[in-house]
Amino acid sequence: MVRFRSVAMAVMSCLALAGAGRPAEAAGSAGAAAQGWDAVLAEARGETVYFDAWGGSQNINDYIAWVGSEVSDRFDITLKHVKLDDTASAVATVLAEKAAGKGENGSIDLIWINGENFASMQENGLLAEGFATALPNWRYVDTRNPTVTVDFTLPTRGQESPWGGAKLVFFSDTARSGPVDAMPKNADELLAWAKAHPGRFSYPAPPDFIGSSFLKQVLIEKVADPAVLQRPVDDANFAAVTQPLWDWLDAIRPVLWRSGRDHPQNYPAMKQLLADGELDIIFAFNPAEASSAIAAGELPDTVRSFTFPGGTLGNTHFVAIPYNSSAKAAAQVVADFLISPEAQLRKEDPRYWGDPTVLAMDRLPPADRDAFAEIDRGVATLPPSKLGPVLAEPHPSWMTRIEEEWKRRYGG
Amino acid sequence: MTKAFNWLVPALLALPVAIGLVGVVLPAFGYLPALGGAEFSLDAFRRLLAMPGLSTSVFLSLAGGLVTTAISTLGVALFLAAFHGTAAERFARRALAPLLAVPHAAAAFGLAFLIAPSGMLARLVAAPLGIARPPDLLIVGDPLGLAMMAGLIAKEMPFLLLVAFAALPQADPVRRMRLAASLGYGRMAAFLLTVWPGVYRQIRLPVLAVAAYASGVVDVALILGPSLPAPLAVRIVGWMNDADLSLRFVASAGALLQLGVTAAVLLAFVLGERLAGALRRRQTVTGNRMPRDGCARLFAMLPVGLAAGAVFLGLVALALWSFAGFWGFPDLLPRQLGLATWMRSLPAAAGPLATTFVVAIVSAGAALLLVVWLLESRRKAVRATVGRPARLPPAVAGLVYLPLIVPQIAFLFGLQVAIISLGLTPSLLLLSAVHLVFVAPYVALALADPWFALDPRYEQIAASLGHGTAATLVRVRLPILTRAVLTALAIGFATSVGQYLPTLLIGAGRLPTITTEAVALAAGGNRRVIGAYALLQTLLPLLAFTLSGGLPRLLSGGRAGMKRP
Repeated sequence: MVRFRSVAMAVMSCLALAGAGRPAEAAGSAGAAAQGWDAVLAEARGETVYFDAWGGSQNINDYIAWVGSEVSDRFDITLKHVKLDDTASAVATVLAEKAAGKGENGSIDLIWINGENFASMQENGLLAEGFATALPNWRYVDTRNPTVTVDFTLPTRGQESPWGGAKLVFFSDTARSGPVDAMPKNADELLAWAKAHPGRFSYPAPPDFIGSSFLKQVLIEKVADPAVLQRPVDDANFAAVTQPLWDWLDAIRPVLWRSGRDHPQNYPAMKQLLADGELDIIFAFNPAEASSAIAAGELPDTVRSFTFPGGTLGNTHFVAIPYNSSAKAAAQVVADFLISPEAQLRKEDPRYWGDPTVLAMDRLPPADRDAFAEIDRGVATLPPSKLGPVLAEPHPSWMTRIEEEWKRRYGG
Repeated sequence: MTKAFNWLVPALLALPVAIGLVGVVLPAFGYLPALGGAEFSLDAFRRLLAMPGLSTSVFLSLAGGLVTTAISTLGVALFLAAFHGTAAERFARRALAPLLAVPHAAAAFGLAFLIAPSGMLARLVAAPLGIARPPDLLIVGDPLGLAMMAGLIAKEMPFLLLVAFAALPQADPVRRMRLAASLGYGRMAAFLLTVWPGVYRQIRLPVLAVAAYASGVVDVALILGPSLPAPLAVRIVGWMNDADLSLRFVASAGALLQLGVTAAVLLAFVLGERLAGALRRRQTVTGNRMPRDGCARLFAMLPVGLAAGAVFLGLVALALWSFAGFWGFPDLLPRQLGLATWMRSLPAAAGPLATTFVVAIVSAGAALLLVVWLLESRRKAVRATVGRPARLPPAVAGLVYLPLIVPQIAFLFGLQVAIISLGLTPSLLLLSAVHLVFVAPYVALALADPWFALDPRYEQIAASLGHGTAATLVRVRLPILTRAVLTALAIGFATSVGQYLPTLLIGAGRLPTITTEAVALAAGGNRRVIGAYALLQTLLPLLAFTLSGGLPRLLSGGRAGMKRP
């Protein structure tokens, strides 16, 4: 398919093969691998990495700018943040390049990605071969967390390197709606709450990422056997499996914000609606979202977080390298820096971003471990211990079918 | 040889559209090898027609295009009829620049914040009454698309007013109004019956461009339009951007449907023109002179006044947001003001602002040269007589205006594939060249009619005095048309600044402009950042429009006959 092989790719595929044979934790210390990494570092020197990442948040943009200045100082790599309004447009770019037969010197070197977009790129052969498990800092990654190597039930095969964790968390303004202890504890209670407070809850319309995730949360809670969601969707049982979800959605629709005739565009829009007092309960995938929004003056300082004790949806977001990247070595060096304890520490600090780390605390050097423990997570952020269990993402094919069905029922 | 040359410019402008369309037609009929589509079929159309709410989407696009254009045109006609030659008109000329400079998306955000249930107007009511929660009303994003149409009208009316101002002198308003007045006609009747037809003939293409744009608009529809279902163009973008790549076939089929919808809007509007013309003729033969129209004049102020007020107040609200700390409902003003947003935005915006400026000046400058060349060679080809101005032959006009009629989303993906196949890497020059495709038609729109309407006897006199073609162009035609030329240049400049999809796709994200940055940040929904970027986005076009309004006065020194506005 792709004939092109740079030196870096050859080095990397050797590393990947070597890495597959033994525990990932040991990979960084092996002499041969270290030599291979030196070669990658040498090749990366002077390269420019075009990093396509959602640009909707100034916090995140500033963080990426910091990464840029660090990799420039340390590795002589120029990092250019290509700010996207939708990650799918980066997928589209790589696709357009493949359609045009541009098998090398592609315009994108690194993409912030997960879930359906990753599935799409993997399926269409738009990704470089596996590299993640061979990165030196991989030894710190919390590989006991299954979402680090399995993205929405699809094995990543090392074709994307974890960057941060995500967990569905709810927010409400205690000044308007009372203490969070009294807030709903599961989907059924949420429905009852919405009936008691008509017009004060909504979710972004699918295929918005957060809106679709919310539907998955309800589905996982209501489905008779959650295990069936881990396998690809089956035409025969789709209607039966998802029926409880549609019953729930039909029941809540009349009491939704704007009676369900309109939906917020995305989660930042819900944040604004919470600030305006239009919505009382909103949700996001970043547990520190409310704290950083309070710091930025976007939300009142009376907003607090809550989650469902039975568990909420959680996943990991990644960075991936397109098959035709012109700077694969430098892209790997950046991916490796992103999972360094230093970069992950700064990312989890809500002053900069507040995104949960993908590293395992017990694998870190003691000093780094202490630094993570000392982070001030902000008044509105739940500590990791109170975030509740993680519900695993269903196979991506479920989401596609649910989005179609949602549009058929409510989109016309 | 010259004849072939005359076709060169339009062909150059239309070629990218044609290439892009091929890139849409093939997938619409099932052919896109990169996605495994190797055989032709009608499958994509079947899937498209099965999309829920498709007919509503099509209806919204049709209605949006027609209503927006009709009200905008009518508003401009009424305003000019009531206020031509008055202080109100002079004020409007001065106020026009900032209104035109506000990008569509920024104007839409501003309007949304004015009319939303938690917006400025609701706060004016809620704050004194002590209402703590906004009402649960579907105002922004209403199912009929009224908010969307209002947003479009607010932005299109200033544009049509601008081209109408440029066309007015060629319609000989002073003498015609004088004649009509001497026959006893009221001011409005006189203008509408004698001057407006001459103005409208010149601005007809911009009006049709507005219709095409409104029927395929994406950004304004996203912000103000209904979402369940959304107008067709918004849904096409959604399919185009879906992680499920097979929806690209549906998007391509949808793009062809959009093409049909836009064509239907244009056709319906042309029929509407006929109808309006017939009504005017009937009105004329009744002999009713409508001498007392004071009341009507007040009413005629409404459309333009409301539009201008909405854009202006919306911009003020956004400006306020850019300095705001926490600003909750129902506070009329933010609790704290600060520079935090600007301190973070400005350093990041400097590079994109420079890129925006360079690309806009290069593409607008090149467009002006091409268009002047095109128009002048056309004018030479047909010996125009007074009263029957030359026009671009329909075929040439069709090619030049193709990029305005064909919705961008319909052909940009195909164009992107073609550019990558040619091995071209993103550069300022390439981006300027692609912008040129969208800028040139607007420059041509703004310039064609004034160019052809200029009394040819000026040049005949110049020729009889022994001046050559070039000297006549530089010393007679261009000076007389300074205002029209600069207006065209400013429109071209602003058009380039506003380009989002082409910049993103062709620049491959490597050449961020202030507009791509603004749209990316708008996805974050933070009104402070949106406000700051809306102002930054307005800055460059504002400069261009202010200069185009002020320069003619400076340049016309020593030419007494050109002093009139």
